[in-house]
Amino acid sequence: MSADTAANGQTPVLELKGLSKSFGGLHAVRGVTFKIMPGDRKAIIGPNGAGKTTLFNLITGIFPASSGQVLLFGQDITGWQSHRRTALGMARTFQITSLFPRLTVLDNVLLAIEGLRPSKFVMWRFLSSYRDVYDKAHQLLEQAAFADRANTEVRYLSHGEQRQLEIVLGLASDPKILLLDEPAAGLSSGESVEMTEFLMRLDPELAILLIEHDMDVVFDLAHTISVLHFGEVLETGKPEQIKNSQKVQEIYLGTG
Amino acid sequence: MRSHRLKILMVIVALAAVAIVVPNTGSFVILLVTRALAFSILVMSLDILLGYTGLASLGQAAYLGVGAYATAILATKYHFGLGWDFWLVLLIGILLGAALAAFFGLLAIRASGVYFLMITLALGQCVWGLAYRWNSLTGGDNGINLRERPKFGGIDLANELTFFFLVFAVFCASLALMYTLVRSPFGRSLAGIRERELRMQILGYNTWLHKYIAFIIAGAFGGLSGVLWAHTAGIVSPENVVLTTSVDALLMAVLGGAGTLVGGVIGTFIVFGLREFLSTLVPWWQYVLGVVYVATILYLPTGLMGIPERLRQKRAKPDNPDGAKKLASLHHAEKTT
Amino acid sequence: MNLNFWVIQTFNGISYGALLFLVGSGLSLIFGVMRIVNLSHGSYFMLGGYVALTVIWTTGSWLLAIPVAALTIAFLGLAMERIFLRQLGFDPLRQVLLTVGFAFLFQQAALDIWSGNNFDINPPAVLSQSIQIGGIFLPLYRAFMIAIALAIGLVLWLVMEKTQIGAQVRATVDDAQMARGVGIDTSRISMMIFSLGAFLAALGGVIGGAFLGIYPGLDFEMLPIAFAVVIIGGMGSLGGAAIGALIVGLADNFGKALFPEISYFTLYAPMALILAVKPTGLFGRE
Repeated sequence: MSADTAANGQTPVLELKGLSKSFGGLHAVRGVTFKIMPGDRKAIIGPNGAGKTTLFNLITGIFPASSGQVLLFGQDITGWQSHRRTALGMARTFQITSLFPRLTVLDNVLLAIEGLRPSKFVMWRFLSSYRDVYDKAHQLLEQAAFADRANTEVRYLSHGEQRQLEIVLGLASDPKILLLDEPAAGLSSGESVEMTEFLMRLDPELAILLIEHDMDVVFDLAHTISVLHFGEVLETGKPEQIKNSQKVQEIYLGTG
Repeated sequence: MRSHRLKILMVIVALAAVAIVVPNTGSFVILLVTRALAFSILVMSLDILLGYTGLASLGQAAYLGVGAYATAILATKYHFGLGWDFWLVLLIGILLGAALAAFFGLLAIRASGVYFLMITLALGQCVWGLAYRWNSLTGGDNGINLRERPKFGGIDLANELTFFFLVFAVFCASLALMYTLVRSPFGRSLAGIRERELRMQILGYNTWLHKYIAFIIAGAFGGLSGVLWAHTAGIVSPENVVLTTSVDALLMAVLGGAGTLVGGVIGTFIVFGLREFLSTLVPWWQYVLGVVYVATILYLPTGLMGIPERLRQKRAKPDNPDGAKKLASLHHAEKTT
Repeated sequence: MNLNFWVIQTFNGISYGALLFLVGSGLSLIFGVMRIVNLSHGSYFMLGGYVALTVIWTTGSWLLAIPVAALTIAFLGLAMERIFLRQLGFDPLRQVLLTVGFAFLFQQAALDIWSGNNFDINPPAVLSQSIQIGGIFLPLYRAFMIAIALAIGLVLWLVMEKTQIGAQVRATVDDAQMARGVGIDTSRISMMIFSLGAFLAALGGVIGGAFLGIYPGLDFEMLPIAFAVVIIGGMGSLGGAAIGALIVGLADNFGKALFPEISYFTLYAPMALILAVKPTGLFGRE
């Protein structure tokens, strides 16, 4: 394992070292550095345009980083394509729901499960003959209380249901770390409480990195919070510290 | 699950009907059906790309072309493929189609949407240009005439009914293989790529590779249809690889319903039928074809196979214009950045 | 292969390029503004030629044939855009298929109206002469083609660069969504550009008809060549279309003269390669 082990001898699940991205002259993300240990629940907050989603896109390999490093389980994955990162145990959801609208809920989950199985290349056998994949899909849908809508096409689900299915898809690959991009976006307050409860029931060993504007969700869920402003980490601390920080009040909570 | 079985059953019944009815008709119909069957393999191969992967290719005729030209050149120049070795030619056609697609795919798969259309158009034109101008190999504008069909064992493919059954058998095998493909894990991954490629990458799929493999498979079936086409038509010419042939295939797939395989076959039969029957009846038959195309695209974007689904939705959700509108869109490449 | 060969072939290539500019610039602008792959563009070229023939047969005036043909086809393009393409919204595949459906209809209509014969459009005798420069005879008509293309190119360039409308078109090419956001009526721009494209293609048909002839199948013969121009030059860029037209015109002429067996291949293979490496074309903006 790499030298970047924490005090307790564990390797961080995810580690960013001076990660930066610029588009032309615009520095969207500047020198972001942090570590996430197994079971950590970390939230990134910041005003719109602070570079939060760009940061996620760098971590998941949608954009190449301009400089800096991304380490997943101590392994440098900075230049890797997205699908290889997923194979190592990373999953994410999107701020703008990005499911497969014209496929059924079940098919969505099946695709998510197959993503990391070698059988995704099999073309001489029906997918429906893979009992284990189907069992797992039904189990996942059961957990998220989707079982009754398994055969509904996703485009007919409500927005809240689609947000939840986003997370189910993220969980289907049994990730070690889950990146959630505004899971509560567009949800009613009742729905976002449900969403928070659902997230709190997840395996405590699963590390979660969360972007969220809904502060109730953030304070319920996160162990630590980092504040991103103009692409830079302004402050990091426990929810209490962040809540009381003068600087954060000024740039975010006060004006937001 | 039950609806799938029902559909399979309906297709089997339809195929059985073809196998029983067609031999009892005149040679005009037998030849027409044989042509349509051979061509519909190409249309189905295109549907793998268009309907299942969301890649609209404007150069699919190129693969029919390599298969057909290979068959014709081997037969006329080397007298190869006119006996038992016909089966070898069938294999060669498949491999050449796949090889060409493997080469073209390297250039084309990176592009998406309109750019994919344009690059496949350009690649198709490359093949056409060679067929048209490379006189010493392809016979140029006149093409190559195949003077005889294969003969092996007690089977003489010059007999049009025997030949019909051969094409029918190859067609059924192709349909079964492609149907298995689109319902396999790999085939489902293509549908996922069609719907949202970025999400597929995040789910762990190397989407480039999946599209590339699909492109090669489509090319292989295109090559196969080319071998059959050469012997069906008896002549191979630049006409087979010209842009309009590719466009025809695309329209047939859309007319029947993209993303259904069987729809492409129905579309092929309708267009071939209109051409052959209507052209003997009225001089303005091509208007009918043009209007059918335009009307399909404007009013029936999911094709003929989409009609039952549309009726069902109209009944089920009369108050969901949004859903109907989205359904009406053949453009699957909704991408988020 | 002496010097004369090179001079004549270059001249022919440039004049053919001039014709291709007329066809390609419109196609390029249509793509740039609407992101439509317009497969009926070759039909506009062919129909322009046919309409001109009719005008010449009835009035005897070649000069009159040019504006009448171009405007008729421009109107045809306008109607097609307004009545049919418009209602598809942004859906490239269906738009492509629709344009090809129309191309088939136009093909049949042309066959019915003008029969399947080959026709030539004969320009006035003044233009049919040859001029002698340094011992080489150059057909005046080809020089005229170059002049027309230059004039059209200049006018287009002035309109694009110096007028309000031109600025709106450029903005739409750059980012249609943004253009709508700042209040540009992109629907109107699309309509204008589409009929302008049809106008230019038909103009090309009339002018090109003098040495290509007008015949069934000309539509789908011109179409891929026009695309080669657009792709090599870069989509949505006037200057690109000019350079693309010149390259294709020269490549086509020298290709046919020097290595006839692979002459089309030498045209389309670079087109495919350029697309693969830089999809927006050599001179297109990202």
